Amino acid sequence: MSFYDEIKNYNANDIDTYLSNVTNADIEESLSKRKIKPSDFLNLLSEPAGEYLEQMAQKAQQLTVQNFGHTINLFIPLYISDYCTNECIYCGFNKTNKIHRQKLTLEEIEKEGKAIAQTGMRHLLLLTGEARDVTPIDYIESAVNILKPHFASISIEMFPMDTDEYRRLKLAGVDGLTLFQEAYDKAVYKKVHLSGKKADYHYRIEAPDRGAAAGFRMISVGALFGLAEVRKEAFFTGIHAKYIADTYLDTEISFSMPRINPAEGGYIPDYPISDKTFVQCMMAYRLFLPRAGITISTREKAEFRNNLIGIGATKLSAGVKTDVGGYARRETNATPQFEISDHRSVDEMAEAIRARGYQPVYKDWQMEMFG
Amino acid sequence: MENDKLKIGPKEFSSRLFTGTGKFASNDLIPKMLAASGSEMITVALRRIDFTAATENMLEYIPKNVTLLPNTSGARTAEEAVRIARIAREVGCGDFIKIEVITDMKYLMPDNFETLRVTEILAKEGFVVLPYMLPDLPTAKKLEDAGAAAVMPLGSPIGSNRGIKTKELIEIMIENCTVPVVVDAGLGKPSHAAAAMEMGADAVLVNTAIATAHDPAMMGKAFAMATRAGRYAYRAKMATVGKTASASSPLTGFLR
Repeated sequence: MSFYDEIKNYNANDIDTYLSNVTNADIEESLSKRKIKPSDFLNLLSEPAGEYLEQMAQKAQQLTVQNFGHTINLFIPLYISDYCTNECIYCGFNKTNKIHRQKLTLEEIEKEGKAIAQTGMRHLLLLTGEARDVTPIDYIESAVNILKPHFASISIEMFPMDTDEYRRLKLAGVDGLTLFQEAYDKAVYKKVHLSGKKADYHYRIEAPDRGAAAGFRMISVGALFGLAEVRKEAFFTGIHAKYIADTYLDTEISFSMPRINPAEGGYIPDYPISDKTFVQCMMAYRLFLPRAGITISTREKAEFRNNLIGIGATKLSAGVKTDVGGYARRETNATPQFEISDHRSVDEMAEAIRARGYQPVYKDWQMEMFG
Repeated sequence: MENDKLKIGPKEFSSRLFTGTGKFASNDLIPKMLAASGSEMITVALRRIDFTAATENMLEYIPKNVTLLPNTSGARTAEEAVRIARIAREVGCGDFIKIEVITDMKYLMPDNFETLRVTEILAKEGFVVLPYMLPDLPTAKKLEDAGAAAVMPLGSPIGSNRGIKTKELIEIMIENCTVPVVVDAGLGKPSHAAAAMEMGADAVLVNTAIATAHDPAMMGKAFAMATRAGRYAYRAKMATVGKTASASSPLTGFLR
């Protein structure tokens, strides 16, 4: 049993029919409940629920403060290689993009780690493209070992791996796994992942199961908003998160909410999502799983991110470079995986969080204590 | 009430309200809350403390006269909790330790079995062990035997603000435990703290309700007053609550 089996219980056409029949009374009833079921979650994701956004936000704010207090956790991503064997039509690292590819040496990784640590950031998210020949598990494990002394927590956002591989990285000190399904809609998934290992929907959708089984403490799931019809994608993301939380009781679950920005190759999303719908999905996540973290990346604009503090966001990145080697080197000719919209430094982000009456939390973990 | 000190391990406390450091909008609020509430013991998640001094160290906001109660938040096994406790002692956080072993991230219920294992190990190492637990008398008695300095049953799920939903179970613990019973978790309003103290709890630990209040210092004071009121009521031996009106001796008056 895995989420691949679980998701078979849901039929996309049934969900469409359900969504088109949601009434205001349904939404009001869902909003009045203390604990909500998947059908309530769908009610809150429906188009008519857009009219109840303020009420949803009021409730989301109260739940977020209750569970997370007036705090926002900070983290920073580090890209160590942009080699990739996949052909994902929305991604800057797409193998057909004629870009200058780089893989950092272990010395360079340490330099990047030190440069990042100087900003005060203590929670690191380590990323690579998918190219097992160029960046095998040994290399990733060595990178973790070199970075460990500089950080309190290291998570990975990489190609899906086998349970044994995850276990190796867990033993090396990795605490968390971020893995986006990108598209839960199988037809869309096939359409946007033209070739490479990533074209294997089944292997990818079970990766969070394998990560949780390997003992990662924190699992983050997400759909890449813009690829497929957003309300259903958000629903499946929520069901996925709930499934992980229910199945692996000792795993902390969180949502990421990446939304497509222009990458190298100029991909235009088929299902662009408005700020309003984005916030509606976020509120629905919060009401469905009040204890789940919600991460908002620098793909989103500074002002928009500021406004999400307090109504549901719990984790923000800052001072971000999405090009390989971007932290230690002043000039780089590397291509970013996607364009970032919020270029604020760590200090600027922390100040913005304080200005909203929240405490920026740099450290909420210490890998030597656990595992 | 002058001689109503609470003794836990080697220390005596005048205030029966223990507090926490999580969820505050800013660390500046912690000393203000401590001053307003008079709380003399505060718990802190060791995983939150940055010993590298790369960023702000929360411990600097806790006055020296307040006893630090480091907790093992994040631990899923006895081994992890033991490791955290030893680190806490090494870095100078003292001998007090609140055991928090949680294997269920959905409801954040403490794992009594693992908690007992940790208590056995740490009490032998001279720690003053305060285990956070599901209210269960047999476990509480085993924790006492293992050397716990107090037991800390939850009133309702942590952070839920739902009050004392486990009332009957906690009452049984209060009646039978020889170490202090500290009601921890779920106390959302001062009246909940008062109710716990009226029942005979020795102290309460409150974090979320204070830290997330609009004015944490004032809420800290409100909880302190309620805790004292409840304690006074308990010491004064409250009249029992009857369900019907009671005339003086309706059934046996004829015997006079």
